[in-house]
Amino acid sequence: MSQLVYLVPLFPLIGFLINGLGRKVMPKSLTSIVGSATILASFVVSVLIFNEVRAVGFMPVTVRLFDFIHIGTLNIPFAFQVDQLSALFLLIITGVGFLIHIYSASYMNEEAPPHYARYFAYLNLFVFSMLLLVLGSNFVILFIGWEGVGLCSYLLIGFWFTNNDYNYAARKAFIMNRIGDLAFLIGIFWILFQFGSVNYSEVFAHVQGSSPSVMTGITLLLFIGATGKSAQIPLYTWLPDAMAGPTPVSALIHAATMVTAGIYMIARSNIMYTLAPATQGVIAVIGLCTAILAATIAIQQNDIKKVLAYSTVSQLGYMFLGLGVGAYTGAVFHVMTHAFFKALLFLGAGSVIHAMGGEQDIRKMGGLKKFMPVTRWTFFIGCVAIAGIFPFSGFFSKDEILSHAYAHNPVLYVVGLLGALFTAFYMFRLYTLTFLGGFRGTHDQEHHLHESPAAITGPLIVLAILAALGGFLGIPEYIAPNAHVLEKFLSPVFASSELLVASVSPPPATEWVLTIVSLLLILGVSVWAWRKFRGYSSADAKEATGFAKILENKWYVDELYDAVIVKPLNALAGFLNNVVERLGLDGLVNGVGKAVQYGSRQIRLLQSGQVGAYILLMVIGVVVLIIVQIFL
Amino acid sequence: MPINYYIFLAVVIFCIGVIGVLTRRNAIIIFMCIELMLNAVNLLLVAFSKMHYLESVERHVVASTVGTEAQLFVFFIMVVAAAEVSVGLAIIVMMYRNTHSVDVNFLNRLKH
Repeated sequence: MSQLVYLVPLFPLIGFLINGLGRKVMPKSLTSIVGSATILASFVVSVLIFNEVRAVGFMPVTVRLFDFIHIGTLNIPFAFQVDQLSALFLLIITGVGFLIHIYSASYMNEEAPPHYARYFAYLNLFVFSMLLLVLGSNFVILFIGWEGVGLCSYLLIGFWFTNNDYNYAARKAFIMNRIGDLAFLIGIFWILFQFGSVNYSEVFAHVQGSSPSVMTGITLLLFIGATGKSAQIPLYTWLPDAMAGPTPVSALIHAATMVTAGIYMIARSNIMYTLAPATQGVIAVIGLCTAILAATIAIQQNDIKKVLAYSTVSQLGYMFLGLGVGAYTGAVFHVMTHAFFKALLFLGAGSVIHAMGGEQDIRKMGGLKKFMPVTRWTFFIGCVAIAGIFPFSGFFSKDEILSHAYAHNPVLYVVGLLGALFTAFYMFRLYTLTFLGGFRGTHDQEHHLHESPAAITGPLIVLAILAALGGFLGIPEYIAPNAHVLEKFLSPVFASSELLVASVSPPPATEWVLTIVSLLLILGVSVWAWRKFRGYSSADAKEATGFAKILENKWYVDELYDAVIVKPLNALAGFLNNVVERLGLDGLVNGVGKAVQYGSRQIRLLQSGQVGAYILLMVIGVVVLIIVQIFL
Repeated sequence: MPINYYIFLAVVIFCIGVIGVLTRRNAIIIFMCIELMLNAVNLLLVAFSKMHYLESVERHVVASTVGTEAQLFVFFIMVVAAAEVSVGLAIIVMMYRNTHSVDVNFLNRLKH
């Protein structure tokens, strides 16, 4: 079955081609069927592959399709690799992707048919790129998918391209990604230069002999690429703006595709990172800083999608913290659970926005629980899961990362826990403001409030079940020995790293204390947030002051980037345009033209019409030639 | 006779021709001066041809044709000069008809 792995990305590609080329003639029903069925087909194939991979003693399979680049001794095949890691990602991408497609079919129903088809074509291309990314058996195929998801995010964020703000958001996402991609590309070239190959199997087999400084350099460059794609400091600012796209797209970007690419890449090349402890330290610190920074920003955001966007940045920070402290399984585990609950939350937010007629400000919502019970309960499960409350999925994955962080350095744990408390606070603030209390919108809006159709609530319910139960795949050792299914499943992928640096976890007693303390704290903060905001009324909405104002304005990071990078660049461009180009280059070019014109105007005077003068000049010329010939 | 004499004569004739062309304004005289220059060259060609021939005879080269090419050139130049004269005179006749003068300075309208 794994020989047929090429079918997995092929189906979405076909869907993309059909929807993209036939967008002018296809009715909407056909478009949505083609768009969703192709992903469903991929999902089915993925499940079959996963079943095969799950078997004991499965060896990674490489399926070589054709030579992509073949020059001299350099041979880069277009090949797919099937192993535990890629099989797991296939399931997440196609599974969550399929639910998002179903949801989109209903959510985007107001679009005109060509745009509807365009939307599904982009969505399919997005899934295709992501599948290419996780299936590629070398860094170049990975990079093709890497660029593909960047392109698709650009296309989808700017989907409503008549709105200029959305176009700016799309451009920002693209440019931020490009900055990271450049470093990533340099990293790939360095790998090629160092090992003469980009195939995972060959590179990872040879990394152990290379010098630590080279390893650190390469891994840092790859990590910079990951900061762009996975929205970490300093390149994270595009992700919150990416909510300019339709809400299901946000769900797709934040959960199934795109932002998990960086995590996947580092988990895939875990051996290289294990060999570069300095890079791991950087990753852990950047991940933690991102987690805290984004969590503080999310506390003061009033746009339902912005809160979720910053929570994604924050959760990605946790994943990088996990990668940085060597908890590769924990990071991948968190990718999985995060895909469930973040897709759930975003789709739930989309359902709310739909019911509110496009309103996204949570200060103008409230009391939605009696109008949309399904959305409310599923959203609640998402909140509990992301806050990390037992026994929902977020608890297990976050706990695993934090306990590894504790074993690594207790300071990392304390700061990480602080971030988790922030998470619980802003999620319950969001939930309370949206669904509890009294309705604060207009009467017109209240009149239109309704539960969303089945195509929207269906995916929500499925995702809610996954978000609630997904955590039981990774029950930690101290609760039940040998119950961490995911760790056993993924162990072949991380085996070589495990050999070098055995992952340490604190003694069970410490873990119990840590877990209970953190759980109590999180519960306390959740209740506090609920009590603080349940009586919220429109009258409470006042201008934020002091520190809250800084948070509301996202620590002024965008303004800082604007002042430090964008403005000087613009000034430099202006200088080059106005001075170097206008005066220098234009002056030079125009000067040559003017000189020729002036010279010819002077030389034209020689043509006097006097035959005698011509002859004289001719004789002088002949004499000069003779003199030159004889004497020079 | 030494070749030098021929060369001096040819140079003198050529210079007279050049100076005549440069200084005179009468088209016919300019024309005659051009002929002078041409013939100075012809004279040189014949003189050098003769010189080469005599040298080869002195070195006992039997049935020597050395230098005959130059004399052939002279004939060519004469023929071409004759053709040129006919064209040139025709131009001068036309010029006289138009301007009632053979002064070349009247011809400065050529530049327009």
